Amino acid sequence: MAGTLDFSPDDRYNAFITTCSTAPFSGGALAGIAVAVKDNISTAGIETTCGSRILEGYIPPYDAYVVELLRREGAAIVGKTNMDEFGMGSTTETSAFGPTKNPIDTTRVPGGSSGGSAAAVAAGLVPMALGSDTGGSIRCPAAFCGVVGLKPTYGRVSRYGLIAYASSLEQVGPIARTVEDVSRLMSVIARYDPRDATMFDRPYDHRPSADIGGLRVGIPEEYFGEGVDPRVAKKVRDAIGVIEDLGASTVPVSIPGMRYALAAYYVICTAEASSNIARFDGVRYGPAVDTRKSWHEAYQDIRQEKLGPEVRRRVMLGTFALSAGYAGRYYAKALGARQKIRQDFERAFRDVDVIAGPTMPTVAFPLGERTDPVSMYLSDILTAPANLAGIPAISVPCGRVDGLPVGLQLMGRQFEEERIIDAAYAYEQGVKA
Amino acid sequence: MKTIVGLEIHVQLATATKLFCGCSTDYRDDGPNTHCCPICLGLPGSLPRLNRKAVEYGLLVAKALDMRVLEESDFARKNYFYPDLAKAYQITQSDRPLAVEGTVEIEDDEGHEKIVRITRVHLEEDPGRLVHVAGASKYSLVDYNRSGIPLLEIVTEPDMRSPQEARRFLNKLRTILEYLGVFDGEREGALRVDANISIEGSARVEVKNISSYKGVEKALTFEATRQRNLLRRGQTVARETRHFMEGRGITTSARGKEEAHDYRYFPDPDLGPIRVADRVAAIDLPELPTARKNRFMAQYGISLNHARTLTGDPRLADFYEHVAPADPILAATWAADILLGELNYRNMSIAAVPADRIRELLALLRAETITDAAGVQVLREMLDACAAGRPCEKPADIVKREGLARATGDDFVAIVQAVIASNPQAVEDYRAGKKGALNFIVGQVMKETRGRADPRELGRIVSECIEKGGV
Amino acid sequence: MVTESDIEHIAELADIGISRDEVPEFTRQFNAILEYFEILDTVEGESAPAGGITNAFRDDEPRPCLSQEAALANAGSTEDGFIKAPRVM
Repeated sequence: MAGTLDFSPDDRYNAFITTCSTAPFSGGALAGIAVAVKDNISTAGIETTCGSRILEGYIPPYDAYVVELLRREGAAIVGKTNMDEFGMGSTTETSAFGPTKNPIDTTRVPGGSSGGSAAAVAAGLVPMALGSDTGGSIRCPAAFCGVVGLKPTYGRVSRYGLIAYASSLEQVGPIARTVEDVSRLMSVIARYDPRDATMFDRPYDHRPSADIGGLRVGIPEEYFGEGVDPRVAKKVRDAIGVIEDLGASTVPVSIPGMRYALAAYYVICTAEASSNIARFDGVRYGPAVDTRKSWHEAYQDIRQEKLGPEVRRRVMLGTFALSAGYAGRYYAKALGARQKIRQDFERAFRDVDVIAGPTMPTVAFPLGERTDPVSMYLSDILTAPANLAGIPAISVPCGRVDGLPVGLQLMGRQFEEERIIDAAYAYEQGVKA
Repeated sequence: MKTIVGLEIHVQLATATKLFCGCSTDYRDDGPNTHCCPICLGLPGSLPRLNRKAVEYGLLVAKALDMRVLEESDFARKNYFYPDLAKAYQITQSDRPLAVEGTVEIEDDEGHEKIVRITRVHLEEDPGRLVHVAGASKYSLVDYNRSGIPLLEIVTEPDMRSPQEARRFLNKLRTILEYLGVFDGEREGALRVDANISIEGSARVEVKNISSYKGVEKALTFEATRQRNLLRRGQTVARETRHFMEGRGITTSARGKEEAHDYRYFPDPDLGPIRVADRVAAIDLPELPTARKNRFMAQYGISLNHARTLTGDPRLADFYEHVAPADPILAATWAADILLGELNYRNMSIAAVPADRIRELLALLRAETITDAAGVQVLREMLDACAAGRPCEKPADIVKREGLARATGDDFVAIVQAVIASNPQAVEDYRAGKKGALNFIVGQVMKETRGRADPRELGRIVSECIEKGGV
Repeated sequence: MVTESDIEHIAELADIGISRDEVPEFTRQFNAILEYFEILDTVEGESAPAGGITNAFRDDEPRPCLSQEAALANAGSTEDGFIKAPRVM
């Protein structure tokens, strides 16, 4: 089985930056299935912009390993989805190519940064898509758009070809309408790649099972506290009730390190970003730098012109956090906090198999509402801890508040995607029944 | 006024592929940007993967320099902007280098043994190469073929006391690296040096950009003189970075070009730590220069000077061992005193010399089939042929073709008589007791016989002829 | 607290151009964010390096390179096989 898939979607939500009107496919586990790929994942021969003007026109000469795997299993790569510039945002509004709208309510943000992938799935343009998750960038838009999204264990999916934002935090992961499709896509992309030195050889080969009798579910008080919309908290507690009804038990747990999670997350991700984003200077790729100037001047000019304000802000923040005289106070302390959070989760997972809570503290907010950086950063409070700890986490829809989707987040031990997928699957099937 | 010198040496390791990608390191004969891939070009999304061989070479050096390999070391990013730096950071080692605290033994200016302490060695990637285009519009051209070539940075303590000591240290280090087989000395820019130099009690100056190890002594000599002169005039030495201008043999201040750097080092999240200290014990070091020098003296009975010269380059030492067995002392004299000079003159490498042919030549000399002078002629013919890429004739054939076989005295009587006849003044001087006149006549005869005769024997014939009153 | 001149220095270090009229706003936002980061002052001790996979090596075996054409394909400007860049002299 091989051929081409015609793809000319009605992209009224601006979910795509690039679409491929005829997408080739072949035989395999995903034969002929249209898959959308976030625009920070390199695709040979298809423009890859990261949602930034500084990569406009960049055509990678190679495929990311996850894309190679998609092609090998027959998928038709139909387009590159919109995203916050370099993944820096929780709304997809910082994209240089305009915001994506939430298909559930077009006055609302789809979440981010993988907002294009979640919106494309929610709108039914594709059955599944790849996103990437640095501090919640898969789970947040999945929750806001009412679809399923999985952030894998750090090191389970190859980062080769994923344009780096914060290397120690991020993973590529699947987004789909059902847990089963998320699992299916995960089993294609979770394959060992020797080119990623941070990768473990722990392939994912699993079919979801709804049998969760005896599962111990941890409920961290910190996930239901201040800043979490009580109506969202209620929906999530109800969902956990459904899981209990299916044979699981709940246990209160605590992640005291949560109090520094967001600060640690933002210090580490901006520090790594300041280094990762430094290479975009218009010399080897992207819009051409002015070679008549001296180098610092030329770089400063093109980076001012082609990088958006949020990227420039985070790059500067990270530069500051690593700079002489401040690295000890910010970067080193953030690593210390990260270690504490990791230990908190390890401790909690001695008593429970999965940890459940809301994915986002609120439902999708109106477009243009969160312009202040700190208030935008606060929306990552419940998702970033899993990235700091390197553990897998899934968001599965669990009802609506004011007509807007709410996500149930299930976190698991390292390399135990199977368990959180089963729990999410059991919930999804339980609600359907 | 004591001179204090410390060095930082960057050595390109002779691996087949780059430090973090599979691109071949052998780009010498290829055009720009032909040995590049997404990783060494710093394309978005690419990731580094460490070359095992580079780590093994690093360990080999660490062991040879008697260093302590860290239990755990790691890579850091050194962040700065420069067009030759593909990722805008260099992957290097900062707080946790591969190994620390080593030693190299050299001779000081009085010929005594002394120890230069090695602070640390670490692995890092070379940046690309920049070509500066001048003219109405100035810009740079970048070739990323060199980007990602593995470098071993070797940092010394400020233990050297003169530019000459620094040169001897570098020679010794280079020889060790060649013995270890981790370094290709023939490669341009394979060894680059930054030097710190100060006059005791004054500020330290860093001299950068010394791209040949021969330039180090020159740069340091210039710099030591400059600093002494400043102090002599009552001025102070500024703490600064200076560049060595190889062509003019001077250093110039880099003021203005070097900003106050803040490299914002942090551990590279793309590369995990290295734990290799437990592998050091199993490493078998090859025989190192000092050990080989001592063995040459003991085994072949040759002089310290010859042994030192012959072991100064592992290929020369191998060559010597190949030609030595029949007559080690004759072989040492020829290899160290004659062959090396002829090679330098032709800018030839010992690798281009066919050892078997030299062995045959030595056999002719040992059997006294030819004289030393004829031997030199034969050697030159052979080297010229090799240098020109022609096949190297057997020395016996050259001797035959050129008629260089040693002749016995009687063959020369006619020539001697002719020389005596045409140099009456010299003959008279000789008879008057001037010994130098005999040498002059012998020299004339040697010229006529093209070195086929033994000069001592000729001297006897000449004096006999004159005394017989043959003229 | 960072000052406007700190912001200008950081922008310089990061080679991020900022115009004069952006400086006050960046400074204000920076200080708001740094205030939020103050919680980190309460973290005791520093972390040991993160760990992860040790000795992730690769064999020293050559792999194909990109063609010169592919290596230069995305560059804004090239000359004789070189990539053109701003001057540094």
